[in-house]
Amino acid sequence: MSVPSKDRRAMGFFVGLLLAALLIAGGLSYFASSAPDGLDTVARNGCVLTEDGEPESGTCIAQNAQDSATAGSPLADYAVGGGEGTTGLAGVLGVVACLAVGGGLFWVLRRRDS
Amino acid sequence: MVVVRITAMHMSDGLVDIPTAAVFGAVAVIGLALAVTRARRDLDDRTAPMAGLVTAFVFAVQMINFPILPGASGHLLGGALVAILVGPWVGALCIAIVLAVQALLFADGGLTTLGTNITNMALISVFVGYGVAMALRGLARRSRAGLVATAFVAALVATVGASLGFVLEYAIGGAAGAALGTVFALMSGLHALIGVGEGVITAATIGAVAAIRPDLVYLLRGTAAPLELRTATEGTGA
Repeated sequence: MSVPSKDRRAMGFFVGLLLAALLIAGGLSYFASSAPDGLDTVARNGCVLTEDGEPESGTCIAQNAQDSATAGSPLADYAVGGGEGTTGLAGVLGVVACLAVGGGLFWVLRRRDS
Repeated sequence: MVVVRITAMHMSDGLVDIPTAAVFGAVAVIGLALAVTRARRDLDDRTAPMAGLVTAFVFAVQMINFPILPGASGHLLGGALVAILVGPWVGALCIAIVLAVQALLFADGGLTTLGTNITNMALISVFVGYGVAMALRGLARRSRAGLVATAFVAALVATVGASLGFVLEYAIGGAAGAALGTVFALMSGLHALIGVGEGVITAATIGAVAAIRPDLVYLLRGTAAPLELRTATEGTGA
């Protein structure tokens, strides 16, 4: 039985969406701003920061922040093994992980009455 | 070469106390359990792969911090985007998966604060975005421009909504360090700016998907897809 054209069109779109995600995470991520985001900016407000952006003196919410229990993960801070310039590879691995978990869960949950 | 370091984008451990983290952990579990039961009816052989890919796409775009003010940036949260593309229940699960992957693999966002992060971005942002999109559904279904405008407004409001979730959690059990009024003013102000960026990205993405596959846009379900009609006419003509 041949694949209906509608299914082939769906496949083309899905492949395009995956490529877009891989290009964004793997390439465009190198051009992302490294300035603190909105929440981080608010959390650091009131503190004098070190060059690394860590609170040095003053009073701010970020002084209470603790390292994540997963801070030692090989992909921590979007770098592979802590290596510089590995953001893109880390991003690609994240895309694959999200696709595997999301795709798997949604495929299992889907209706099968059609 | 400037070395780009993408670091924490979400609430770290320690920003709220443990009881507050536990309460919002429970809120997240209840919300996601409800989402799992409701998501089934929105998932089929066609929309399940779409939802998996949307999850991966949101992860990718969340990595792209854009400047909003000197020394401050913002990034997509994705609540309105997923609500419009795959619906609120499936969408909440998409964002929750992104947040879990980020917390577990990338040390982005604390483990104890995963519940607050899910509450803000997977529940509040998605359902505020969905609410705005549904309120403007008449406009969204009228034309491509209407859909794009709806996506922009929904994303802007959803982003500010998510930031107010943090303000609420900080009010209930936040660590010391800043006055509540200051936190409210800064969070809502900065996220109104971030919301503009979120609106642009969401509008562009929804516009692109609707141009190629309007049948895959949840908000347009039940409307005749122009692309499908044209193809059918061409097929039967001549």
